[in-house]
Amino acid sequence: MTMKSSTRQVDGVTIVDLSGRITLGEGSVVLRDTVRDLLSKGQKKILLNLGDVNYIDSSGIGELVSAFTTAKNQGGELKLLNLTKKVHDLLQITKLYTVFDVKDDEASAVKSFNH
Amino acid sequence: MAHDHVSYTLDSTLETVNNAEETAGRMAAAAGFDDEEIMKISMAVREAAVNAVLHGNAYDPNKKVTLAFERTASDLVITIRDQGKGLEASKIPDPLAPENLMKTSGRGIFLIRSFMDVVEIHPSQTGTELRMIKHVRGNAESKEALQ
Repeated sequence: MTMKSSTRQVDGVTIVDLSGRITLGEGSVVLRDTVRDLLSKGQKKILLNLGDVNYIDSSGIGELVSAFTTAKNQGGELKLLNLTKKVHDLLQITKLYTVFDVKDDEASAVKSFNH
Repeated sequence: MAHDHVSYTLDSTLETVNNAEETAGRMAAAAGFDDEEIMKISMAVREAAVNAVLHGNAYDPNKKVTLAFERTASDLVITIRDQGKGLEASKIPDPLAPENLMKTSGRGIFLIRSFMDVVEIHPSQTGTELRMIKHVRGNAESKEALQ
C-alpha cells in the first residue's frame, strides 16, 4: 500500500493525516509535495499525524527530516503526532526522537503551536 | 516446500526494492522468525536493495542485482550484490554524529547493522556484496517447521 495524505485545519494549525508507507518513491514524494504546498500557501503550523503510518524506511526518515528543516527555515513549525511503535522505535535508534517535537494528543498538540 | 538456498537476479528498479522486501518477509516467516524480527529482516533487505539499485547500479538497466537467501541450521543468511563501483564502508559517515543528525540520507547501512546480527560489506571493482545474517532462535524447531 502506498501513502495517502489529507489535510484539515484546527485553530490555525494544519493537520496532515497520513496513512500507509513513507518509503522511497511515491510515499516520500507525497509527503514532500504536501509539506511544500502548505508552506507555499503560508500554512506554517504543520502537525503530521502519523497514526496510520505503519511503515517508514530510511528514505522516509530523510523526508521527515527534510520537512522539519524546510518548515523551520521558512519560519514555520512542524510537529509529529501519534507515532506508531515502529516509527517511534526508528526515530529512537536514529536519535531523531528528541529532535522532533513529538505529541500523542491532538488537542494539546494544536494548543502547543499557539503558545 | 523447503528451500535451503534460493537466489534471484533482479533489474535495477524501484520494483526490485519492493520485491526484495516482500521476499525477505516471506523467507523470514518460513524460517520461523516472529513478526518483529520479520519486520527488521525485511527492512534490512529493503535498505540493502535501495543501496544496490540506487547507489550501486544507479538504476542502470544493464546492471543487475542478485539477491540470495540461505537457510542454515542456525541462521538466515541473505546476500545482495550489485554491479556498481564498490561501496567503501569506512567512508560512510556516522548518521548519529551531531553534524550528520539532520542529514536527509545516509541511514541505510546503519539501519541494516541495527536490525541484523552480522553485516559484512565486501566491495570490489565489479560491485558490492552485502552479506547479512540473522540468527534463528530455537532453530531446531523452526527448521523442522520449514521442512
